[in-house]
Amino acid sequence: MTTQSVLAAAGGVTGGEQVTFWILAPLALIGAIGMVWARNAVHSALWLVLTMLCLGVFYVLQSGPFIGMVQVIVYTGAIMMLFLFVLMLVGRDASDSLIETLRGQRIAAIVLGLGFGALLATGMWRALGQADAAGLEQANAGGNVQGIAALLFTKYVFAFEITSALLITAAVGAMVLAHVERRREDRMDQIATMRSRFRPGNYPGPKPGPGVYATSSSVATPARLPDGGLTERSVPQILPTRELSDSETALKGTEK
Amino acid sequence: MNLAYLAQDPTLQDFGKDPWWLVLIKIVFAFVFAVLATLLGVWFERRVVARMAQRPGLNQIGPFGLLQTLADGLKMAFKEDILPKAADKVVYFFAPTISVISAVTALSVVPFGPMVSIFGERTPLQVTDVSVAVLVLLACSSMGVYGIVLGGWASGSTYPLLGGLRSSAQMISYEVTMGLSIVAVFMTAGTMSTSGIVAAQGDGTRLNLFGAVDLPAPGWYAILLLPSFIIFFISTVGETNRAPFDLPEAESELVAGFMTEYSSLKFALFMLSEYVAMVTMSAVTTTLFLGGWRAPWPITLWDGANSGWWPLLWFMGKVIALVFVFIWLRGTLPRLRYDQFMRLGWKVLLPINLVWILVLAGIRTLQKEDISESYRYTIIAGAVLVVLLVTLLWPAKKQPPARTLQEKVNRRPSGSFPLPPMDLQVPPSPRTKRAVAQREPANVGAGQPGTTGAGHDEKEV
Repeated sequence: MTTQSVLAAAGGVTGGEQVTFWILAPLALIGAIGMVWARNAVHSALWLVLTMLCLGVFYVLQSGPFIGMVQVIVYTGAIMMLFLFVLMLVGRDASDSLIETLRGQRIAAIVLGLGFGALLATGMWRALGQADAAGLEQANAGGNVQGIAALLFTKYVFAFEITSALLITAAVGAMVLAHVERRREDRMDQIATMRSRFRPGNYPGPKPGPGVYATSSSVATPARLPDGGLTERSVPQILPTRELSDSETALKGTEK
Repeated sequence: MNLAYLAQDPTLQDFGKDPWWLVLIKIVFAFVFAVLATLLGVWFERRVVARMAQRPGLNQIGPFGLLQTLADGLKMAFKEDILPKAADKVVYFFAPTISVISAVTALSVVPFGPMVSIFGERTPLQVTDVSVAVLVLLACSSMGVYGIVLGGWASGSTYPLLGGLRSSAQMISYEVTMGLSIVAVFMTAGTMSTSGIVAAQGDGTRLNLFGAVDLPAPGWYAILLLPSFIIFFISTVGETNRAPFDLPEAESELVAGFMTEYSSLKFALFMLSEYVAMVTMSAVTTTLFLGGWRAPWPITLWDGANSGWWPLLWFMGKVIALVFVFIWLRGTLPRLRYDQFMRLGWKVLLPINLVWILVLAGIRTLQKEDISESYRYTIIAGAVLVVLLVTLLWPAKKQPPARTLQEKVNRRPSGSFPLPPMDLQVPPSPRTKRAVAQREPANVGAGQPGTTGAGHDEKEV
């Protein structure tokens, strides 16, 4: 046990603990506010990471080194990383849609939020007023990690098993909903692919490359057919056509 | 002497008592170690890979090309720093810093050696240690991935974004495996502090076989917990984005992955963090599985091997050996495809690890609990029986029915490409005959009729 946690266990608040708290507590709050206010979803996630890191340090300060590190590894490291993964898949510039698809979700959110607040408040009230604190010495009697493990695998084993079953159900459900499996009849076999490729009106060869001439190397320049005509098939349809702006046509200042 | 020898292993009580200047020295040492390891690591990697590819490798700047990395680093610092137009400026700037900071921070809980004396102060050769030091290492490695993921996202370009996505998925998958392998170490060592784990791997470990036989056991967890060691090392390769798992920066698919848009010093920081992470992971593997700073067997015959400053040498030796393995892997193995990589992590490493932890927990329970001999042997026999039954009764993979050639032909859907008849006798080509007939007159005048050209040539000589 480090000196810091021993001191914290004794109940006193040391100078170092106070300094750390007063530096990190505002940061944690700023992170929380920033998470709500940030326009960009990834920025929101990053503000939340800041708050979670501060909380991790707080746990360590409160002589819960194990729970502090687990906070950093599991929440900051894995869960927020999953969030980021999803946000990045959604796209960089995608902002929140303001169309509400669920009817009455605002009222539901307000009611649930108030309920959660009430739960938290009563919990805090009971913890601060009515419950008798056993003290860290008793809780950490067999070691911090061992104490947590004993509680997890005895008293709270069903709560945790049920939570994990819920999470696994959610994950499997998401997978089942998102997974599109084409039926065997719908799959194109080799013969069907061949037939559609050689059907009348379809050119079986590869598309011609774009035209590259002395006057232009743009991919938007159509290639020429043997008879001298232009072929539109060589121009990728994905490119939007646009005119060059003035700044793009201006001289770059690199000419001799 | 004996007393001093006993006091070599630092315990958690030995930490947090250093004067401020000693703390500063240790931190600076760890940082300099990280930077030097990068400079020499790049050189080492390029020399070793060159030797494996039968090339001389770096040999122009400095003796053996040692200063090449320094020159490259200086050049990189003076290059233009390009900020892409679509980049998210703040995140783009912070990403490489996050990578480097987490990679270097991990070194602070790695034990480099035992208790030594620095300017009259007796202190452990380790920046600091906490009761959950190994979790600090894991936390650092999981934070380091933020650098890569955010760098990929903030670049505002497609290839870096793909690299960042790959990296985040890769890291989540392989951190699970990595954490599970460390669980075996925790269970055996009974502690999470790095110095404690090194101490637990010391000599004199007695393996109590079912309370009857008392054997001197090998101390290193690499031998005791071999499956954990192998899985841990594989997942460190995945975690540090090194070949064959360097999918986030796969140059044949993603240009340079997450660092495509980076240039100048920011690119140098990514480079630094990659090599520091490789060295840190080697150091962590050494600490957890290879006995840390403890000398390997033949050296331990000498009494002073594990005291004073010598262990620093053994530690460095082990780290360099592991870095060599990293480079060896890169020089030998082709890059995995992404789905193969994920399958390896989730369907091979993870289940093996879980079963191994279960077995280990069973063994440890049998060793520890005060249970009667007959009960213990009943349990062991039961476990063996279950394993045997499972292996015997495991359903065999259903073999597809063997079909004859004719059946295969008949099963082809209508409209398939026409096949020649199965009993086709190909007649000799009339054209071959004609060629022979035309060539023959040419040989008539040159030698004996009926001999081939080759035989004719031999006769001439």
